[in-house]
Amino acid sequence: MEITPLGDSAVLIRVVENFDDAPDDALTQVLATKRALEAAQIPGLVELAPAYTVVALFYDPVRAIDAGASVQNVFEWIEQRIRRALSEMEEIQANRIEGSLVEIPVCYEAEFALDLEHVARHAGVHWKEVVDLHCAAEYRVHCVGFTPGFPFLGGLSRKIATPRRDVPRKEIPAGSVAIGGMQTGIYPIKSPGGWNVIGRTPRQLFDSQKDPPALLRAGDRVRFRSITREEFERSTM
Amino acid sequence: MNATAVRAGFLTSVQDLGRTGFREFGVSLGGALDAHALRVANLLAGNEESAAGLEITFGGLRLRFADDRIVVWAGGNFDARIGSTSLPAGHPALVRAGDEFSIDSPAGGCRAWLAISGGIDVPAVLGSRSGDLRAGFGGVKGRPVRDGEEFPVGENMPRAKVLIEKLRTEKIARWKPPHDWSSTARRAPVLRYLDGADSGRFVESALQLFNHEGFFVSPDSDRMGIRLDGPRLERSQDVDLLSEAVAPGTVQVPPSGKPILLLNDCQTIGGYPKIAHVITVDLPIAAQLCPGDRVRFSKVAIRDAHALLHERERNLEQFRRGLEPHFS
Repeated sequence: MEITPLGDSAVLIRVVENFDDAPDDALTQVLATKRALEAAQIPGLVELAPAYTVVALFYDPVRAIDAGASVQNVFEWIEQRIRRALSEMEEIQANRIEGSLVEIPVCYEAEFALDLEHVARHAGVHWKEVVDLHCAAEYRVHCVGFTPGFPFLGGLSRKIATPRRDVPRKEIPAGSVAIGGMQTGIYPIKSPGGWNVIGRTPRQLFDSQKDPPALLRAGDRVRFRSITREEFERSTM
Repeated sequence: MNATAVRAGFLTSVQDLGRTGFREFGVSLGGALDAHALRVANLLAGNEESAAGLEITFGGLRLRFADDRIVVWAGGNFDARIGSTSLPAGHPALVRAGDEFSIDSPAGGCRAWLAISGGIDVPAVLGSRSGDLRAGFGGVKGRPVRDGEEFPVGENMPRAKVLIEKLRTEKIARWKPPHDWSSTARRAPVLRYLDGADSGRFVESALQLFNHEGFFVSPDSDRMGIRLDGPRLERSQDVDLLSEAVAPGTVQVPPSGKPILLLNDCQTIGGYPKIAHVITVDLPIAAQLCPGDRVRFSKVAIRDAHALLHERERNLEQFRRGLEPHFS
């Protein structure tokens, strides 16, 4: 397992080498690693952030030194504690790492689905089939980022995978559901973006007044359900 | 009590030491781009060092007070005043009800931090009062301070009250703080860095160029990052990476070959290869870089970065102890 400094106050822990071969397995191992590090109570630990194949560990070097690390070897000291915590890690039980299942209602009507026709043309299918395929799969959150609460979802049908737009849009409305390459995701707040927008959800993905502030976290499972314009309006009231 | 920004200036926002614990949800660290300057200013104002203050970009702020407060500023080469009296950086000063603090456009650097005794008392959101201007929460309604805006200031701590009484006559402290504040603005600075987590993904000549050549700060720089113009940094493989964590100080290189030095409001994850990480103690100097400024980078070892950080922390502890007589 590779542990690399990300500057002087964080390290990247590469848990698995390859993502594409077994994305679900990568996710399970990354989450198990995060959990083991949380339990290890490493002095100076600030926070942990998982993404795809890597767990980032942020630390305060001064607190590590106060806890006994030599000024000359803070990184090695942290690295040793990480390796120790992970060597004592229990056998991974995938069923204990499964996140919760969240259903996301999406209105795929033309007004919200700026690029649905483009995705359909790219796939060579009718737009209704794009919607069916998008709703048929169960997805997993591999990472949350880009903007607060933005979930990167794996599990998209290869048939409707569509490359990102050459020129990103300056503004994508909050709630937009989109496809970027092999992934799908949801824009929680109005932001620029280069993914192909195929619908909009009335659900709020990020709320700074809540703890946790994001609806989804890495490991959660997601399903999309097609709703009508009327249902969309009702749920935003 | 409130303070009123009669003029808000170019870009003024509420910042404290930032927001930790929510990176896994995509929430940026945020906070003062020079957290050290804000800590020093807070200590001199009789605050907890984590109290929220104002981050002032390119000056232009005029602030009026409704009651007695200690104010202290630190940062680049600014000309600040209380009424018509000049106020040097790092000196506690008493402002009375109706007094106005003003700060002009800087002769060097671009940012200053203002601590007000009692701290700015906007509600904490996700554990911090910092305004996240990109995501639109925290600070003053998630946006920069506007002309004429009033915002709440907390109650003076007992130690601030002691200092207020001591400054009744002289107004601006004549005593020297344990260390004088010297401007963090530098002409053509050299920022020290550690090898990037992806330095193996660049051709050798790109790594050498980065370690010697000058880069220029591009105008489309902000609290998210400083975009740099200069020699193109060639990657050895043209594959994009899966997104993984980035942090303030990370220097990432998009396909254009033009590096971006990330600052506090950067995204929590990024997919561009990381060529370098500017060390924490040099980020305050980066925070003063203005469009058109020239900057160079120089590689150091991680143990040097930690030793410098540890030394700075010890100095701050001494500074804190040296201040005690003025607050009792």
